[in-house]
Amino acid sequence: MSEHPPLPPKNRELIWRGLFSENPVFRLALSLCPAVAVTSSMKNGFLMGVAVLAVQVLSSMTVAIARNFIHDKVRIPVYTIVIAVWVSVIDMVCAAVAPEIYAQIGLYIKLIVAFAIIISRLEVFASKFAFLPSTIDGFGMGLGFCFAMVLIGAFREVIGNGSIWGIELIPIKPLLLFILPAGGFFTIGLLMAAMNWIDVKRGGKLPTLGGGHG
Amino acid sequence: MAKAHIINLHQVLVETPTATTGELSSFRLTTTADPDIPFTISKVETSEKGIVITTVESLASKGHYQLKNLASGDVATIAPSLVGVLIAILLSAMLVQNFVFTRYLGLCVFFGVSRKRETAIGMGVTFTIVGVLSGFLAWVINQFVLHPLSLHFLQIIVFIGIIAFLVQIVDVVLKKTRAALHRKFGIYVVLITTNCIILAVPLLNAMEGRGMWESLALSLGSGLGFALALFLMSSARERADLSPVPTVFRGLPIAFILAGLFALSFLGFSGLGL
Repeated sequence: MSEHPPLPPKNRELIWRGLFSENPVFRLALSLCPAVAVTSSMKNGFLMGVAVLAVQVLSSMTVAIARNFIHDKVRIPVYTIVIAVWVSVIDMVCAAVAPEIYAQIGLYIKLIVAFAIIISRLEVFASKFAFLPSTIDGFGMGLGFCFAMVLIGAFREVIGNGSIWGIELIPIKPLLLFILPAGGFFTIGLLMAAMNWIDVKRGGKLPTLGGGHG
Repeated sequence: MAKAHIINLHQVLVETPTATTGELSSFRLTTTADPDIPFTISKVETSEKGIVITTVESLASKGHYQLKNLASGDVATIAPSLVGVLIAILLSAMLVQNFVFTRYLGLCVFFGVSRKRETAIGMGVTFTIVGVLSGFLAWVINQFVLHPLSLHFLQIIVFIGIIAFLVQIVDVVLKKTRAALHRKFGIYVVLITTNCIILAVPLLNAMEGRGMWESLALSLGSGLGFALALFLMSSARERADLSPVPTVFRGLPIAFILAGLFALSFLGFSGLGL
């Protein structure tokens, strides 16, 4: 750790970055597994998003507090264990709070451990900055993830099932395909293309050909 | 009593060396899981192979049953052959329940390394080998440490620890003993930790209480399924790179659409009924 850490960015900017300009799902193409797997309805997506938000904030806080005690050589295993501890806690909380949804997406909540977004925020941000900005950064990123999950879930539920948050909107099921496994891939492909399209329209240039990594 | 097995939906064949003519009341057939509720036996006949018992209720060809001869007190267990079960788990993990296309796991790595066929093959091979090792190690720890001590809530932490540990070991051993191989595959070994399939397999094994061979079959099947998915995807993406794809769809969006099409075609395997 350097003696003079760089100045943390402004709080508002941190939240904005997580939500839009560095959205973990659409922009960084990280943590895609849950984005496809559990978003067949808005409720599932929301619970997953909240779970990731909680794990992200709690892990960021823990690492920000302990960053001066973690030796550089073993930092990745330590981060993994920190995340695993918080995932175990959140896993039990979810099982207690929302048992019906948990029965469907329980495995994916356990797998939050392996999500690249959380460990990458710890490595990039929480290990360098103080407690408060790290917490806000974790909150912003978690919020961005939650936002993406709810958006994908809402899109798939409306198109696939004709309902939103379990409430029926239209009496028919327009395209059942979209709540089937394959629909998740199509939805994310289309939403990513839409985001690129908005960027082009606003005069920006296309983001470099990103390749989901990690 | 000798061997017994299910020959069709309603009949069980008992291979007895001695031609005991059975009566309806002398046999009791139940499931292994629930030995209190017997099946209704409608007919017992002797054939040259043994005794054929016909039931009213239908039997599952893969079910576990218990047949008791009330006269002699012998019990025969009817279970599907282990090899059959293992092949079913293997094929189901590869095709019907392919971890990438129907369970959506390992997507980050899947989209990351499927751009070129060569890297896809490297990742597929490395992942399969490390996956089988970690699946086995996790099963051993779960069976002999976590389960006897009722430490189930520690599963996530212990499994991720095992995987991280194993990946480190494989990396170091490969570097010291097979430097050429390490230059080629080292990068994939490090990436394995971020692949959620490798964590999902031990968790699924623990959740469903699988035995050693079944766990190994699932690990191998998931690895082969992942390798298959990577190979298919990389072949398609190499072509997509050369095709006139609309600008906003270039790169990841078109890769997602391709994955969706693959997932659709993998739905066809659900008819296999394994």
